[in-house]
Amino acid sequence: MKLELRGITKRFGSLVANDHIDLTVEAGEIHCLLGENGAGKSTLMNVLYGLYQADEGEILLDDRVQHYTGPGDAMAAGIGMVHQHFMLIPVFTVAENVMLGHESTKGGGFLDLNDARARVREISARFGFDVDPDALVENLPVGVQQRVEIIKALSRDAKVLVFDEPTAVLTPQETDELMQIMRQLKEAGTSIVFITHKLREVREVADRITVIRLGRVVGEAAPTASNTELASLMVGRAVELTVQKDPPQLGDDALVVSGLTVIDHIGQLVVNDVSFEVRKGEILAIAGVQGNGQTELTEALVGLATRVRGSVVLDGVELMGQSVRKILSAGVGFVPEDRNEDGLVGEFTIAENLMLDRSDGEPFVKAASIQRAALADFAREKVAEFDVRTQGIDEKVGRLSGGNAQKVVLARELSRELRLLVAAQPTRGVDVGSIEFIHKRIVETRDAGVPVVVVSTELDEVAALADRIMVMYRGRVVGIVPGDTPRDVLGLMMAGEPAEGAAA
Amino acid sequence: MSDPQNPNGSSGPVEPSEPATPVAAGTPDTAASAATPDAATSADDRPAVAAPEEVPPPSRWHTMWQQIVTGNALISVLSVVLALIVGAIMIAFTDENVQKASVYFFARPGDTIVAVWDSVSGAYVALFQGSVYNFRRDSFADGIKPLTETLTFATPLIAGGLGVGLAFRVGMFNIGGRGQMLIAASVAGWIAFGFDLPVGLHMFVALIGGLLGGALWGGIAGLLKARTGAHEVIVTIMLNYVAFYLVSWMLRTPGLLQAPGSSNPKTPPMKDTAIFFDLLGPRYNLHFGFVLAVAATILVWWILTRSSLGFRFRAVGENPNAARVAGINVPSMYVYAMLISGALLGLAGVSQVLGTVTTGFTAGIDAGVGFDAITVALLGRSTPWGIFLAGILFGAFKAGGYSMQAAEGVPIDIVLVVQSLIVLFIAAPPLVRTIFRLPDPSKGPKRPRPIVTKEVEAK
Repeated sequence: MKLELRGITKRFGSLVANDHIDLTVEAGEIHCLLGENGAGKSTLMNVLYGLYQADEGEILLDDRVQHYTGPGDAMAAGIGMVHQHFMLIPVFTVAENVMLGHESTKGGGFLDLNDARARVREISARFGFDVDPDALVENLPVGVQQRVEIIKALSRDAKVLVFDEPTAVLTPQETDELMQIMRQLKEAGTSIVFITHKLREVREVADRITVIRLGRVVGEAAPTASNTELASLMVGRAVELTVQKDPPQLGDDALVVSGLTVIDHIGQLVVNDVSFEVRKGEILAIAGVQGNGQTELTEALVGLATRVRGSVVLDGVELMGQSVRKILSAGVGFVPEDRNEDGLVGEFTIAENLMLDRSDGEPFVKAASIQRAALADFAREKVAEFDVRTQGIDEKVGRLSGGNAQKVVLARELSRELRLLVAAQPTRGVDVGSIEFIHKRIVETRDAGVPVVVVSTELDEVAALADRIMVMYRGRVVGIVPGDTPRDVLGLMMAGEPAEGAAA
Repeated sequence: MSDPQNPNGSSGPVEPSEPATPVAAGTPDTAASAATPDAATSADDRPAVAAPEEVPPPSRWHTMWQQIVTGNALISVLSVVLALIVGAIMIAFTDENVQKASVYFFARPGDTIVAVWDSVSGAYVALFQGSVYNFRRDSFADGIKPLTETLTFATPLIAGGLGVGLAFRVGMFNIGGRGQMLIAASVAGWIAFGFDLPVGLHMFVALIGGLLGGALWGGIAGLLKARTGAHEVIVTIMLNYVAFYLVSWMLRTPGLLQAPGSSNPKTPPMKDTAIFFDLLGPRYNLHFGFVLAVAATILVWWILTRSSLGFRFRAVGENPNAARVAGINVPSMYVYAMLISGALLGLAGVSQVLGTVTTGFTAGIDAGVGFDAITVALLGRSTPWGIFLAGILFGAFKAGGYSMQAAEGVPIDIVLVVQSLIVLFIAAPPLVRTIFRLPDPSKGPKRPRPIVTKEVEAK
């Protein structure tokens, strides 16, 4: 089936996630959608799958315009999706999951499980999947769970299959098997949209490649294109960012991280033997595609990770194993990646949020009581200093825009006596005006002689702020390079390929 | 940086089917979900340009829960009104005169309407006279007695409601009021009948003993939650049984709580030196416990709005993740909160044994207050003064319900139905909003301020 998207536009508030995107996928073609994080790939596919309604544009299947109001319509039209996070019920069997939502019944209202089993077996046999219809999904390895998702889609006669970052959760062997499956599906006439940011996989299976950047199609490429060509398309041209930045006045090594290893709550190794040091008055930017361990690295620095090994030494003091409270008191400022979830209490006022991590003593607490006058003065001062656009210090933070909320976080963290600033995605979801302001404050902090660690998936931000850049891939450090490293080199490193001449 | 600006510079329409929250508002109900961060190796493709929408909204359950326990005070008032209306309908339906008149409704509808009015107004007048002021008495001193009864009934409800409400504010549901009250009552009672101490000191020691007992019983649940993650709902429910059977056993065992020479599962009377003195003389039942309830309200108000401990409590209740990142020790907050919550429910238990039932108690001493306290806390929106008022309202129901039954023959169960309906309406804000055609705060661009709460807090 031929899929055509014409002029799809999707806005979220004032942000345009998809800007007049055109995309054509011929029948029996593997079409790769390549782009950085935040480029708008997933939004586009959610529009295609009926989860979002496009503000403009139309979807055509075999040249017929489709109108659907939800995923049910999309499925009926022949579109199947293999989600990045599997939409399976762990305690159901494979057959039950496959029939879910399309249960057929025998007389008396009994579920016709045999029919579902037969369908699972039939599709398994056709593609050599080797999936037991009666196995519980939770007992299956991740790669097999993904096949269940594929079977689910195929059992509904999907003619167009969307794979949303399918390899993110797979081991290299499972990835190879998936590539094989994709080719088989293609042989069988299924059209495939393959969303990824991994260049090697693209080159391996794609028939055609469309590169999306910042919500727009920036180019098409053949699979014969080199990694460098693809990477430069993906990361695009530099956007003018005006951060006034003098050369760093480097001091001694302040933060020394060695052999840092973090294991997450499901037992995966997410940060693998990472070592680096940051000098006083230096910004180290940690670049990398989302989910390659940067988040966990920052959390480990402030003591939020539970299963960690290695050492984090700040100004000669070992921070590893200390409580969050102690680490913050040692002068570590932390801007968490998800400010709504981890940085702010939405139902609290601006003033209350400004004292969130200082509720244990002076200047805001005396004799177990909150010093409301002192807090109000402080809050008014900081609101003015950081230009937080608000009706007053008693406004709830949950009502502020992203940029203003982030300024509250920054105001709180920068108003302490800092010896280290850790900022994760400091400008995510922040308007352009605030971005400039936030960048300026971060650079000022550096110039005051504080070592700064900035995590960003935005190369523009990395380029604007970094004195040195550390690139992470799959929990490991790919390399640490100078701040003026070209973007295409960085793009390659973010795809896991160590750049030549880069100091590992 | 990378934000593509909308060519029009204005907000595009956000589709109603849009599952995530609209961008401008951020997340309006930033009650945090307990969602764990994505698995690290899943290279997650959240568009940075659309980050605010793509952030998963806080778990619906948590948001809804926070709304129910700390929502708008207007909803509380309207819930009471609605419940009284439904109660009126039930009174009318169960009234004999109404039933008789309705047989010939189409011949003489006036009779039915009069009968309905008589039954409903009679019942609610009786409720008023039984709980506030009885006009049929000659002297003011007699007439006002129902009000003092109301306050007497309200005393344990206020104390218990504060306990439950405080736990709500820390994001915990303490259903263990009954167990905490029983343990507190037993400790206080044991000190009160088993020891000889000077006047005043005896009462004080018994009171402190009871509070510690309640705190201990609540603290167990807090400690288990903090240490092992055991859910406090399950633990407190089970501890209710443990406390009930423990106290029942002690009441049947000579030498422990059972009165000497008796075979009933009942304690001896409290010694005069230990019981709460009457506030308004022997004519009224109102006792010192009410003063303690007022003091507890002030204390809880101070803790929640003025103290650093309360600040951390609320931070943990609203967004435990942010609290943790801000260096607040979340598990220890759970323990402290349950200790204080248990102590407040302990105060409810103590005021029962030392104030209301001083002639010795049985295992039914909690009188269901532990559960009514949940209702009171919900109605009071977990704010100290809201709980105070809600406690008095429920005290009035208790006091007036008896006179309603005695004077008008309206079954006292109607009062229980009204109480239950109040909870039902509070738990379903959309229903109340629909009935009164109120705007949905979560849909609008700005949320109306909880007006009454502010006033109440300002008191």
